[in-house]
Amino acid sequence: MDFISTHFLSLILFLPALAAVFMLFLPKEEIKLLRWFALGASLIPFLLSVSIWFQFKSSIPGFQFQERYEWYEALGSTVHLGVDGLSLTMVLLTTLLTPLAILASFNITDKVKAYMMLFLFLETGMLGVFMSLDLLVFFVFWEVGLIPMYFLINQWGSANRNYASMKFLIFTMGGSLGLLLAIQLLGVLFETYDLLALTQRWTSLQPDSTLLGMSVSTVKAIAFWAFTIAFAIKVPIWPFHTWLPDAHTEAPTAGSMILAGVLLKLGAYGFLRLILPLYPVEARYFAGALAFLATAAIIFGALASFAQTDFKRLVAYSSVNHMGFVVLGIAAAGLAHGTPDATIALNGAILQMFNHGLSAAGMFFLVGVLYERTHTRNLEEYGGLFTLVPIYGGILIFTSMASLGLPGLNGFISEFLIVRGSWPILTIYTAVSMLGLFFTGAYILKALKKVLHGPLNEHWSHGEHKLTEINTREMLVMAPLILLMLWIGIYPAWILDVINKAVMMLF
Amino acid sequence: MTFPVLSIITFTPLVAALILLLMPVNRKNEARVVALASATFALILSLWVYFNYDQSIAGYQFVEKYEWLPALGISLHFGVDGIGAPLVLLTGVVMFTGVLISWGDDNPHVMAGIQDRPREFFAFLFILAWGVLGVFVSLDLFMLIFFYEIAVFPMYLLIVIWGWSVTREYAAMKLTLYLLIGSVVSLVGALAMYFAQYQNTGVLTFNMLTMESARFSPSFQIIWFLPVFLGFAVLGGIWPLHNWSPDGHVAAPTAVSMFHAGVLMKLGAFAALRVGIMLLPEGAKYWQWLIMAFAAIAVVYGAYIAFVQKDFKYMVGFSSVSHMGLVMLGFSTLNADGLLGSGLQMFSHGAMTALFFAVVGMIYDRAHTRQIPELGGMSKAMPFATVGFIIGGLVSMGMPLFSGFIAEFPIFMGVWQVHWFVAVICSISIVITAAYIMRNIRQVFFGDMPEKFEGHITDITILDKVAITTLCIFMIVIGAYPKFMAPMVQTGVEYIMRLLGGS
Amino acid sequence: MFTSISFASILPEILILIVGMLVLIIEPFWKEEKRRNVGWLTAGGLFAAMLISFLAGQPGAPTSALGGMIRFDWLGFFFKMLFMFAGAATALLMMDHEQLGKRGEAYLLLLASLIGMNLMAVSSDLIMLFLAIETASIPLYALAGFMLGDDKSTEAGFKYLLFGILTTTIMLYGFSLIFGFSGTTDIYQLAEMFRVGAIAPLAAFGILALILVGIGFKVAFVPFHFWAPDVYEGSPTPVAGFLSTASKAAGYAVLLRLFFIAFPEPSLSASWTTTLAIIAAISMIVGNLLALPQTNIKRLLAYSSIAHTGYTLIGVVALTQLGAASVVFYLAAYILTNLLAFGIAMAFSKATGLENIQDYAGMSRRSPWLGLMMLTAFLSLTGMPPFGGFVAKVVVFAAGIQAGYVWLVVLGVITSVIGAYYYLNALKFVYLYRMPNQDEENHPIPLSRPYAIALVALTLGVILIGTIFAPWFNWSDAGALNLF
Repeated sequence: MDFISTHFLSLILFLPALAAVFMLFLPKEEIKLLRWFALGASLIPFLLSVSIWFQFKSSIPGFQFQERYEWYEALGSTVHLGVDGLSLTMVLLTTLLTPLAILASFNITDKVKAYMMLFLFLETGMLGVFMSLDLLVFFVFWEVGLIPMYFLINQWGSANRNYASMKFLIFTMGGSLGLLLAIQLLGVLFETYDLLALTQRWTSLQPDSTLLGMSVSTVKAIAFWAFTIAFAIKVPIWPFHTWLPDAHTEAPTAGSMILAGVLLKLGAYGFLRLILPLYPVEARYFAGALAFLATAAIIFGALASFAQTDFKRLVAYSSVNHMGFVVLGIAAAGLAHGTPDATIALNGAILQMFNHGLSAAGMFFLVGVLYERTHTRNLEEYGGLFTLVPIYGGILIFTSMASLGLPGLNGFISEFLIVRGSWPILTIYTAVSMLGLFFTGAYILKALKKVLHGPLNEHWSHGEHKLTEINTREMLVMAPLILLMLWIGIYPAWILDVINKAVMMLF
Repeated sequence: MTFPVLSIITFTPLVAALILLLMPVNRKNEARVVALASATFALILSLWVYFNYDQSIAGYQFVEKYEWLPALGISLHFGVDGIGAPLVLLTGVVMFTGVLISWGDDNPHVMAGIQDRPREFFAFLFILAWGVLGVFVSLDLFMLIFFYEIAVFPMYLLIVIWGWSVTREYAAMKLTLYLLIGSVVSLVGALAMYFAQYQNTGVLTFNMLTMESARFSPSFQIIWFLPVFLGFAVLGGIWPLHNWSPDGHVAAPTAVSMFHAGVLMKLGAFAALRVGIMLLPEGAKYWQWLIMAFAAIAVVYGAYIAFVQKDFKYMVGFSSVSHMGLVMLGFSTLNADGLLGSGLQMFSHGAMTALFFAVVGMIYDRAHTRQIPELGGMSKAMPFATVGFIIGGLVSMGMPLFSGFIAEFPIFMGVWQVHWFVAVICSISIVITAAYIMRNIRQVFFGDMPEKFEGHITDITILDKVAITTLCIFMIVIGAYPKFMAPMVQTGVEYIMRLLGGS
Repeated sequence: MFTSISFASILPEILILIVGMLVLIIEPFWKEEKRRNVGWLTAGGLFAAMLISFLAGQPGAPTSALGGMIRFDWLGFFFKMLFMFAGAATALLMMDHEQLGKRGEAYLLLLASLIGMNLMAVSSDLIMLFLAIETASIPLYALAGFMLGDDKSTEAGFKYLLFGILTTTIMLYGFSLIFGFSGTTDIYQLAEMFRVGAIAPLAAFGILALILVGIGFKVAFVPFHFWAPDVYEGSPTPVAGFLSTASKAAGYAVLLRLFFIAFPEPSLSASWTTTLAIIAAISMIVGNLLALPQTNIKRLLAYSSIAHTGYTLIGVVALTQLGAASVVFYLAAYILTNLLAFGIAMAFSKATGLENIQDYAGMSRRSPWLGLMMLTAFLSLTGMPPFGGFVAKVVVFAAGIQAGYVWLVVLGVITSVIGAYYYLNALKFVYLYRMPNQDEENHPIPLSRPYAIALVALTLGVILIGTIFAPWFNWSDAGALNLF
């Protein structure tokens, strides 16, 4: 027991990977065994992270449950783990979504063992990013998450998966190249990669001294842009978003759930954990540009969604739209560092990260449910399905409303906070993004109309194409999401409190 | 430790080669067994050396010294430092896996292994290994060159006799002549150093430890650094003297390619480091920019050329040029980080490229083609090999949690300290590498298998799997747990830094 | 006059003479088929002579003997041992040669030539030297043309004779001029003469040129090499082997002793070292380049010997103790290697009657051992470890660098890479190419006992010199010390 309580984070972090290695020795024909084993293995981190959530003391500043192990001392890097309110929220999201995604993948029949192993490795990668307090280890886990996702898209995806997976890989690696170089630079300068130490020494550098032959401000600017581009590609911020629609659309259902649910948050997390604390000056300087891009994402994302005929692509572009709000909040925080408005905006941004994780995962799953039965994602081929599958229809409407930001559901809370916080700081941009909200409503309602309402498409009502209702397993996948979306919508305090305290202490 | 472990490791392959040559011609299987037994023995000993290396002491360990020709100051002087010990281990590993790969397959449709005169094949391969090990452990300059040249001629025979019939004669001759020119140029330089030391200190010796304090004048060092360094670096595949390497790799039989890219190229880099940088530090500092430029070009150019290759083996060959360029890049930084990275990269790349060539060989033996566009769907027939190749690919891309990242990261850190521009340019190669590796993996291993191969591609043998697993274990262990190798290399690097800083 | 030193100093020659007597006497008693046993007798006798000389006739401090005609020192002794070993090996190789093996005269000529060579190595007087040279050369003229029915052999013998007589006559003229100018024929007193300035520089230069003509013929450096390819190709192969090794080494023994002892005077040495340096350079280039297009193995080996002469000369040019030691060592390694190469050619042509390199295709399958021995020989010629040729080259190059002749060494290095090309090419035929019908198993190459013994001994010797080279080098160095 003592071991567990002192090694919470490393257990959460490494259990999925260890389970994956264990799965190597399971026979690949026993599909049921593989599925349930993977599900079980992914539930343990979830339980552990819930346990941590309750033990987490939100009023204490700094990182809790810290652990530190030697790793690459030759370079000054250690495996330093720790969570604060921000990262704990993300950890919770990841450990929640992974079992759901695995449960959603029970309909995969091809190469199940490899699939599950990749998922578990992916989980470790994502968790590592959130928990890491060492820059080099941060980068390690950042990159580690790429390859499983590449293979998930490439091997189990849809028709255009080769192109989409390669684009995803190259784009993200290209972006992280700058991150790599900047981290190397920091390591060279300070001979340590520990985030806590770095933050202190980096910000206390005199602006007029020189580093590596260049002035400090030049070096900081270069590093700032290197970090920013890497995270901007991941979030994704317009115009670096072009990998996203293809990747999300071609990925298998569960892959999209995790991609949209968690992987995008890695980018936003990078902004919050690294860019804002390490580069406050540059962040303030460029916040305006960031807000511009965020607004563009919101508007263009929404418009693009509206124009789609592919259901999944529509949801994919909606991610661009929703993440735009997150970035808007971050921009506001960057600009007006330390003010209460900034705090509100940041609260909203972080909550939006969590919420979008829930709703995007849900939406992609629902699209997948339909696709599995109809083998098409073309909106024009649906129509009036509500009568055939009322339960599914109800769940779809519920999730879409959450995504839209209906008051009473979680989306509203986070979007409201962001808008409320950014308004005094970035008035014009916020105003314009309201337009985006309008379009958000437009595309969601359009999607609902095309799928559920209108005249029934006889094609699906009989014979071999008869649409079957959502089944128990699928409902089990959606259930926790629905619960949380409702609960946060009605009573957000349990999570907002943690977030708020974390934000106040960080910024 | 009085047990002469280094001489035993070094001479085991020679003894094995002699035994093999004395065996009757038709005893093919016995020859293979003898070869495997000696390779295993050497591997075990090299593991023993590795794990018994005391990382808290600087300098050379397991030192043995036997006077050989005192009149000229030649002695059999063996020892390993933190950089040599991993390379000895690497040689043992590649020997072991190389013998396994050359075993052959019972399936008559598979051209695997060495079927024609395996006795001579393994004998020559082991003579090669003898030379290689001798260089890694030699602390006497004459003996270093002695062993270095021993490692040249077996390559000719191995490639010309058992290589790919289309280009083997051309490639073997080109390779041998190139390497020979490089080594004799270094020989001239080494002799110059030998006599200069005599003039400066009155001591006539080839002992490299003594030569570290030979007080060569700066102008002497500046003149002689390039011939010595570049002469050895030819074998390391430095651009623009790398031309022998891709053709040589492709023409050679699988085990020889593994040995060639995996170990032999490290020989060149290692000798360039030992003799060029450590003994002529002022020269190294003077020519640093040139070496860095050559290395940077190799890194990017090699990656780009690998990208456009249609032949699977040529792709691997050019990727070796790129990765050895990284080793040279690390050397050229002349700082602790870069040298650490180079030391690690030599091991990491060695294992990785051995794995690559092994798998490429397995595919070629079964599909009888190496053209990437013609291949496909290999993962269905050879899943184990696929995973192995993917792991190798990840190492090649510098993916974290594998040895490639552990090695490349400090190299870049080192480069940052010299010139940021070079670091940025070279990092482009990472993306190019990722692109061609993933693209070719997808093309060759996934997708649909072309009809003509249906039913003809059998899975790899158990020995092949053992070989792949051995190599992967090292790459993963170092990647996840750098403590396994980084501190050891660091002790060697500290010693070198003292030589560089002192004079 | 006849002290024990006198006796000890020519002990080897006495022993060789005894062996010769035995051959002369015993040979007629053997019937035709058994005549080849003379070879066993010769070889055995020579080995015995070597052993006895080694045990009983080792030199101490260098001294003059036999009235100043002979110098009894390590240098000469070591050379004598080398010559006798080469002679023994050649005798073994001669045994199964069609026209040589059963003729006792061939062995006698060999022994006679050996005596001459031995004396060449120890002569300290110009007259003695000339006598020794002639004693060594004349039997060789006969041996070269021994195969009476063969036109090439006759041509070879004749060519050798004419060239030889011409050049040695010129050399004799040079000797006589020396005597005329200085009044002495004692080599060891000549140095003094030159220092004192008894001989005008211009004249001295001319004399040296004349002497170099004779020596150049003996060692076959450019431009006195023209006879070598034809003579090697035409003579019986064992004789060619003997010519290219022992005879050449004898020439070097003379070169070393004469030039290092008599002409080390800086004003003189500047000119002859430069001349020899240029000659060395040209020999290396010409030898290697002309070897490239050769298809006959004996001609290839001939041109390769010219190249090797070039390498050896570097040691002479260095004019240092290391230089002299390197020359001696190089010759030791070279004798073994070249004899091995010619021996293999002999064995091969005996079994197949063929001498072209292309006909060696598949040799490694027909006789793996022979293939390995050829590998040893050719790699040693290339200068690869772990064979004697490598150490020899390194030492010679070292001597060159120490003396400041870096350009010459660089040239040597480059040309040896050219050499690598044709040696490896030949090995390619042996190891890669196959016979037209690929049934090498049906065409083995048998080795008779004498061949086997000789070739194995030579192979082991080449490897030994290349690995455990300390004793050999120390002997060479001891010999070199005698020159200073």
